[in-house]
Amino acid sequence: MSTATDSGYVNFFQAKKGLASWIFTLDHKRIGLLYFYSVLAFFLVGVLLGFLMRLELIAPGETIMKATQYNQVFTLHGVIMIFLFIIPVIPAIFGNFFLPIMIGTDDVAFPKLNLLSWWLYILGALFALSTLVVGEGPADTGWTFYAPYSVKTGTNVTLAVLAAFILGFSSILTGLNFIVTIHRLRFPGMKWFDMPLFMWGLYATSWIQLLATPVIGITLLMIIAERTFGIGLFDPAIGGDPILYQHLFWIYSHPAVYIMVLPAMGIVSEIIPTFTNRTIFGYKAIAISSLAIAFVGYFVWGHHMFTSGMSGPARIIFSLLTFLVAIPSAIKVFNWVATLYKGSIEIKPPLLYAMAFIFQFSIGGLTGLVNGALAANVHVHDTYFVVGHFHYVMFGGTGFAFFGAMHYWFPKIWGKMYNIKRANIAFAILFAGFNLLYFPMLIVGIMGMPRRYYDYLPEFTTMNVISTVGSWVLIIGLIMMLWNLINGYRKGKIAGNNPWGGVTLEWQTKSPPPLPNFLKKPELPEDGPYTFK
Amino acid sequence: MNQASNFVEGVDLSFYIILGISVFFLVGITATMIWFVVRYRKSKSPKAKNIEGNNKLEILWTVIPTLLVLVMFYYGWTEYEPMRKVPKDAMVVKAHGQMWSWSFEYDDGRRSEELVVPLNKPVKLELISHDVLHSLYIPAFRIKEDLVPGKDNYMWFLPQKVGEYDIFCAEYCGERHSYMLSMVRVLTEQEYNTWYEEKLGKSDDPPGLQILKQNACLSCHSRDGTEIVGPTFKGIWGRNEVVITDGEEREITVDKDYILHSIYEPDADVVKGFNAGQMISYKNTISEEQIDQIIEYLKTLQ
Repeated sequence: MSTATDSGYVNFFQAKKGLASWIFTLDHKRIGLLYFYSVLAFFLVGVLLGFLMRLELIAPGETIMKATQYNQVFTLHGVIMIFLFIIPVIPAIFGNFFLPIMIGTDDVAFPKLNLLSWWLYILGALFALSTLVVGEGPADTGWTFYAPYSVKTGTNVTLAVLAAFILGFSSILTGLNFIVTIHRLRFPGMKWFDMPLFMWGLYATSWIQLLATPVIGITLLMIIAERTFGIGLFDPAIGGDPILYQHLFWIYSHPAVYIMVLPAMGIVSEIIPTFTNRTIFGYKAIAISSLAIAFVGYFVWGHHMFTSGMSGPARIIFSLLTFLVAIPSAIKVFNWVATLYKGSIEIKPPLLYAMAFIFQFSIGGLTGLVNGALAANVHVHDTYFVVGHFHYVMFGGTGFAFFGAMHYWFPKIWGKMYNIKRANIAFAILFAGFNLLYFPMLIVGIMGMPRRYYDYLPEFTTMNVISTVGSWVLIIGLIMMLWNLINGYRKGKIAGNNPWGGVTLEWQTKSPPPLPNFLKKPELPEDGPYTFK
Repeated sequence: MNQASNFVEGVDLSFYIILGISVFFLVGITATMIWFVVRYRKSKSPKAKNIEGNNKLEILWTVIPTLLVLVMFYYGWTEYEPMRKVPKDAMVVKAHGQMWSWSFEYDDGRRSEELVVPLNKPVKLELISHDVLHSLYIPAFRIKEDLVPGKDNYMWFLPQKVGEYDIFCAEYCGERHSYMLSMVRVLTEQEYNTWYEEKLGKSDDPPGLQILKQNACLSCHSRDGTEIVGPTFKGIWGRNEVVITDGEEREITVDKDYILHSIYEPDADVVKGFNAGQMISYKNTISEEQIDQIIEYLKTLQ
């Protein structure tokens, strides 16, 4: 791109220099990138822990670590991947970076609160990591911190729980910020149904963050109160009720699943129109189904407790409600596929990730139906089937949407383009590795192998070996993908403002965007956000 | 051919209905997606057609999934209902779970480490946890239910095929969770009666060892010198140990007082190198006479 015509244009990287200009920045784009680097770092730590777990499980008996270490590793893997990776990954990175740009404004409603959210994230992360070095070592309870084990164990549960508590505030503040921004700062003339669908995903998510997260905050404080002061809340030995803990925990943690997946659905809804060069099919259906998922998602938590001794009628009602969540999810999938119809499709890396999302999220969702049916649940509950199921939703869904978003917005954020061919190869390896890693878990679960198992009976060996080999393939793909992106950043060609021919507002500004986001007023498309000429 | 339990058919029916519908949709969605991407790729379809939606289609793919999930819910529910309705004539066995072993108590208080049941007679398990959450899972029978400390819970089944089946703990319960295993042995009525009369609760083990086994002591304290969660029992009698009392180290000799104290207040004097908080108090479960028997047995483990 010629710089002569752009004289006077300073992008947000160049606007200020130095470490302090980053870690105390109020610019939503820089805060988005602060999250990007920190979340990605923790993702890699989580991947490493997952890799170690798979290595331990390559054969029955002790392979590389002791039982207690294994229990600590899977707990830390869960805590990191849930609280430090998958909850913040899309809203805090791409939400922060693109929400203001896509609704045509210059920042979020509360920039200082936004910076505070990131600092709380870092503080929470430090607490989580400190469990490694102080006291009796990382918690060995599983990321669910189920009582009364979490009250009794000698490991660092208090610190880990405190970390999750602090991270909760980071999440609440981001949600609050996005809600206000979407309500108050939309570009003049942009009505609700003129917003890109990623905004709808973020909006629905933000309400869950704001309303559900406080419940887990209080619940985790109750664990600390019980461990520290011996107040009998959850441990029946001192007058508590362990089932109460499960209710409180899942009242947040099930809606949290939708915090994790709704923004990812938003990403897919952005990528597909751009690469089909046509308007999205069923805009309103997709937008409203996001709200429907967020709403119904509040009332299904009991399906995590079908074998817990909860009353019979409660089990039946929770099962029915659980099935209702499937409907808006199915509507989205059908509309995405219909958008491909009579398009003019360019098969580029972001689209491949979106297609992988649809395939893997469908497997995740459909296996969820098995978990939701009372009779089938009794058999698969707490087995590897569940582990396979939620990795298909979380990693195969949200994780792949995250990779897709990285490839989609990379040229916008850094102004350069990565090598497309290598990105496609990395995608193919990642896709193969992912399915090789997680599909055998579904099978070994149906065979009856319980989850959180350090050791297993010989009949489960074959599936575990395949799964471990899959983890190696996955990691090779991951390294190739990241390496290709880093190379693109270092020596990629200048991408231009709109390399994919997208029509949402972020493609109207420069790549990378200037500090105030737009140098001249963007033009709002006349017929909704996905108007292709 | 008979299934292992009366619930296998229903659970599998519920599972296969969902699996069938799921495979149909997964293949349909994936194939359509790939076909569209190939058919409408830019070289074949240079100009896209902007179709904003179709209300009939939206209604169709809202109504059809709704009906299908209701079918799935219905079978899940009806096949599950009988699991909570125990027949009146069911034989009651108390299933005790504690870190990290199972113990099955029969009507007269005699206990077995394995669950032994007669063929074609309904069995009700009363689920009792002594410490944390556990979950009794018999994959071959397709049943699972949590043991919740401080709460009554139950499960039942009708064994329909002679054989041995695995019992797992399905709810994570700490360090040796994956070793909390047992077996269900389904015997013919005659074999069962013989077992019940002659074998149940009877053992060639010395009385002290029987008490140790019943109370899950051996899942943490080995008899062969290996360290599991607590100190080994091998050579424990008369051994000198460094223990931590109120944060201070002191040296003691393992005698009757120390053993009694350790069983009743396990966190008071913890042997150096081991963690407090791992063991529950047995004050209400093991009597002083039984502790004498345990000591007699420990003396033999030199």
